[in-house]
Amino acid sequence: MEKKLEDIVWEKVQLARHNKRPTARTLINYLFSEFTELHGDRLYADDRSILAGIAFLEATPVTVIAQEKGVSTKEKIEHNFGMPHPEGYRKALRLMKQAEKFKRPIILIIDTPGAYPGVGAEERGQASAIAVNLAEMAGLRVPMLAIVLGEGGSGGALAIGVADETWMFENAIYAILSPEGFASILYKDVFLAKYAASVMKLTADDLHSFGIVDLIVPEVEGGLHLNAEYSFSFLKERLIEKVAELKAADMDELLAKRYLKFRKMGAYEEKSR
Amino acid sequence: MNNFFDERKAKLEIYQKNYRGKKEEVEKLTIPDDIFIKCPHCQGLVIKDDYELKFRVCPKCQYHERLNPRERIEISCDSFEELYSDMKSVNPLDFPGYPEKLAGYRDETGEEEACVTGIGTLGEYRIALAVLNSFFMMGSMGSVVGEKITRLVEKALSERMPLLIFSASGGARMQEGIFSLMQMAKTAAALKKFSDAGLLYISVLTNPTTGGVLASFAFLGDVIIAEPGALIGFAGKRVIQQTIKQELPPNFQSAEFQLEKGFVDMVVSRGRLREVILRLLRLHEVEKWKRN
Repeated sequence: MEKKLEDIVWEKVQLARHNKRPTARTLINYLFSEFTELHGDRLYADDRSILAGIAFLEATPVTVIAQEKGVSTKEKIEHNFGMPHPEGYRKALRLMKQAEKFKRPIILIIDTPGAYPGVGAEERGQASAIAVNLAEMAGLRVPMLAIVLGEGGSGGALAIGVADETWMFENAIYAILSPEGFASILYKDVFLAKYAASVMKLTADDLHSFGIVDLIVPEVEGGLHLNAEYSFSFLKERLIEKVAELKAADMDELLAKRYLKFRKMGAYEEKSR
Repeated sequence: MNNFFDERKAKLEIYQKNYRGKKEEVEKLTIPDDIFIKCPHCQGLVIKDDYELKFRVCPKCQYHERLNPRERIEISCDSFEELYSDMKSVNPLDFPGYPEKLAGYRDETGEEEACVTGIGTLGEYRIALAVLNSFFMMGSMGSVVGEKITRLVEKALSERMPLLIFSASGGARMQEGIFSLMQMAKTAAALKKFSDAGLLYISVLTNPTTGGVLASFAFLGDVIIAEPGALIGFAGKRVIQQTIKQELPPNFQSAEFQLEKGFVDMVVSRGRLREVILRLLRLHEVEKWKRN
């Protein structure tokens, strides 16, 4: 019997969040060498949900900014389950500006349920931190490439996701909200998350068909954790090519293209046009 | 005993007579129903004309009632020419029930979408103006809201006009999913260009301004003004409460809270808003509009 859409999508949601799914640290260690972690936003704190630093992609120095969920329970708590506070977004921006200064391409790795919803996060301006990142990233004069590894949760993901290219793992998800949050807002019932996921169009295929995602990184049947090497090697090869290509491009043209990429997103109707 | 009842009966008759008499007198002096209205916040009776004159601000508790875009434009501008008014939402995710929901709000509000954009005049100035409509699907940002804001920003940039946006939004338009999310990046990118060109953007946060609207164009103003008592925050209070399992402080996510934490420049009551905006335009030496 053919699988129902609801089940297919829900399987992806579960794979995207799978306990054994490799997190950003594993991917960083595979893709880059001499990864050197840098800490702190220079304003308030070091947000451990953002794992960032400088590394070599083959012979090219790049800045890497990732959301890290942690693997063990202890690590998960340490990394706040990959949910950044404002200081995380400000640390990301600080290192992006640093990358701009030293003309290093930026690789962004997205894996977050969303920006952390808490009192401290609000007091320190979660919305402001995200807004500023969105605007600044649109104008950074270095090539930028974002990869959605697991969960791309809402503005918390997009705040490190404005880039020249957006790539996505086959079983990753990227959406306006978690299916649970979506179901709770729209249907006032968190238990309708599975149904919500099926209508949200949050899979890599959906986003690729909308032109939001440029490349899908394939995974083996059963998910990334069963054979990460397969997906990572595919990704590394493409990444080396793409970074070289973006580095060679004229920066003004690249910025114009980046602007246009986001400028054309949206669907509407107009009589006069 | 009989005596007692007779006495009471007599008293009751006198009372009823007097009462009825008074009632008739009162009816003669009947005040028309619409002189007083009840403040939606403190429930106090306030004189309607006074309330309207103060732009729907309660003279007793200073509650700023939500305005629809037409009312906002009327009290903010001397004249207004609407742009992009026929832009309509579609259903990019084929989301069940979305077209019906939109149709319902169109009927209810008489507006096509949750945002009105155009060019207004204010004193001697010409400004690009956008007003979000919290009565239309909670002012949520879908493709149309994002596109209208972006087009307005681009127009203001090309004509070197100042930009004024009144935000009022529950955040993202859930039914447009990822398209809604991408409007955050789109509007922010346009504002980055606008800002780099040295132009002025005044953002006014009205009740409520939350979620993806706050985390994109609303919080990117050169000057950010909030109306008193407005709810301004990123995450929903319910979500935060569920996460931290604690009561939230009483003024949490209010305009005054944002002022205290350093995220808005000023909290300005509605009656003074026009004057403050005009002063900011003067201070930024915005070019005065020359009528042809």
